[in-house]
Amino acid sequence: MQITLHLNGATHDLDVDARTTLLDALRHHLGLTGTKKGCDHGQCGACTVLIDGRRVNSCLTLACMAEDAQITTIEGLGSPDRLSPLQQQFLDHDGFQCGYCTPGQICSATGMLEEIAAGWPSHASASLEGPFALSHAEIAERMSGNLCRCAAYTHIVAAIRQAAGADDRHEDAA
Amino acid sequence: MREFTYLRAASLADLPASATIIAGGTNLLDLMKHEVMAPDALVDITRLDLNRVESEDDGLRIGALVRNSDLAAHPVIRRDYPVLSRALLAGASGQLRNMATTGGNLMQRTRCPYFYDRRMACNKRDPGAGCAAIGGVTRNHAILGASDHCIATYPGDMAVALRALDAVVNIDGPAPRQVPLADFHLLPDDTPEIETVLRPGEIITGVTLPAPVGGQHRYRKVRDRASYAFALVSVAAVVGMEDGRISQAALAFGGVAAKPWRDPEVEAVLAGQEPSDALFAEAAEILLRPAKAWGENQFKIPLLRRSLIATLRDATGMEAKP
Ligand SMILES: Cc1cc2nc3c(=O)[nH]c(=O)nc-3n(C[C@H](O)[C@H](O)[C@H](O)COP(=O)(O)OP(=O)(O)OC[C@H]3O[C@@H](n4cnc5c(N)ncnc54)[C@H](O)[C@@H]3O)c2cc1C
Ligand code: SF4
Ligand code: FES
Ligand code: FES
Repeated sequence: MQITLHLNGATHDLDVDARTTLLDALRHHLGLTGTKKGCDHGQCGACTVLIDGRRVNSCLTLACMAEDAQITTIEGLGSPDRLSPLQQQFLDHDGFQCGYCTPGQICSATGMLEEIAAGWPSHASASLEGPFALSHAEIAERMSGNLCRCAAYTHIVAAIRQAAGADDRHEDAA
Repeated sequence: MREFTYLRAASLADLPASATIIAGGTNLLDLMKHEVMAPDALVDITRLDLNRVESEDDGLRIGALVRNSDLAAHPVIRRDYPVLSRALLAGASGQLRNMATTGGNLMQRTRCPYFYDRRMACNKRDPGAGCAAIGGVTRNHAILGASDHCIATYPGDMAVALRALDAVVNIDGPAPRQVPLADFHLLPDDTPEIETVLRPGEIITGVTLPAPVGGQHRYRKVRDRASYAFALVSVAAVVGMEDGRISQAALAFGGVAAKPWRDPEVEAVLAGQEPSDALFAEAAEILLRPAKAWGENQFKIPLLRRSLIATLRDATGMEAKP
């Protein structure tokens, strides 16, 4: 079937089988291999992209269902000479080892920081009304949909907190 | 994944009766990849106008397409039905909650590993084939309401809170109707393949919550890791206190049966009483009277007892015990 995707600011017309996931459309039809396939079943977060600014698993999204939306992948967040703040902080804090989970981590963190800015609570929040600290516990819970087989978690959390401007002197306040 | 025809519904009226509904896709596509489900046609309902949360009488009407993340963060849910926010936030991951819908969440299927594995006998997938879980690995299986035909659980969190809140499911179809959540999911008996009262050609349009009842709201979920895991057992509690006594307690339990479990006798024994460990032990005794373990899942019986007691201590303001 013929579909049109709005991706990283450009429009692409594709001919895909209805079964094609957004993840496979990105990697196989558009050659955008930044988005990774870990489990293909919603269990690891490696395939995380942003749809209309919200983080989702592209392995459980049909490409044909994403037609009217604005899709952003890791390639759309920044480039080697123009890194996004999160990309820069992952470099500065060694937020990865093999790097396979990293695009998913960064897309997820981008969406997650928007969720905090919008005042969304999490399972780790003491009160549903906020305020929501950028504590280690909050970030670990909000990022639990992204597994890292190399267990770079400590550095990932540090990178996210730095990018979000968290104050390190108040590590686990509130 | 088997081939299917993709259709997109523009309005409720043009919903084809024979196609399988897809909303967030987070459960259906997973099962289609395993070929546990293999619909000939999918109808994408995400363009329908069912994504609002609106007040209705003294309560609230939640559209079937409201995403789990939006519902958890909704200011009225947070203020008046916090047990629902808490249950939603305890489920899945940030990404999945952004996709998962209210209707799809109610309809999600069991996480019994034998159901997912087409090489194994499963009465739910293949009626009459037998049940490989019985005598097998039963860590996530039922201790209440199971049958010799199926011991699977309903795995979700949201519906457990909805059960404690006396929610009603709104259904559209040839004859639109409203079904209390209490009657929506079915116990397996000898037809484990029939999981809800929803009939072919029907669609969930939303869920209605009655007027808020106040009280203390708790959702306690016990799982194998701290986050991003299904419940082994969970407890949704809405508990009112008056003059040091429990005025009312609504208690629903997840991870233990094919539906969110609720037992009026448990609530009756608590009503009007002063909170105490002896009282809570008595309530747990009543809850677990019909419990039956299937091998490995024996641990769920003491786990559910302790989870209920801990939730009640917490909700009635008794000193917290770890
Ligand atoms: C890794 C992982 C972890 C998870 N962890 C949890 C957890 O901890 N707790 C939890 O509660 N859930 C968990 N989930 C399940 C998740 O919450 C469900 O998959 C989700 O809620 C389903 O909603 P959906 O909109 O994506 O449904 P879909 O996948 O689109 O549909 C699911 C089913 O519902 C039917 N359906 C959808 N909408 C309607 C409607 N309006 N009317 C009638 N039928 C309809 C579909 O036909 C299909 O059969 C997890 C899922 C994954 C993949
Ligand atoms: S418990 Fe139910 S779902 Fe699991 S194998 Fe047995 S019949 Fe199938
Ligand atoms: S590849 Fe999508 S969650 Fe693992
Ligand atoms: S850096 Fe290797 S999986 Fe995360």
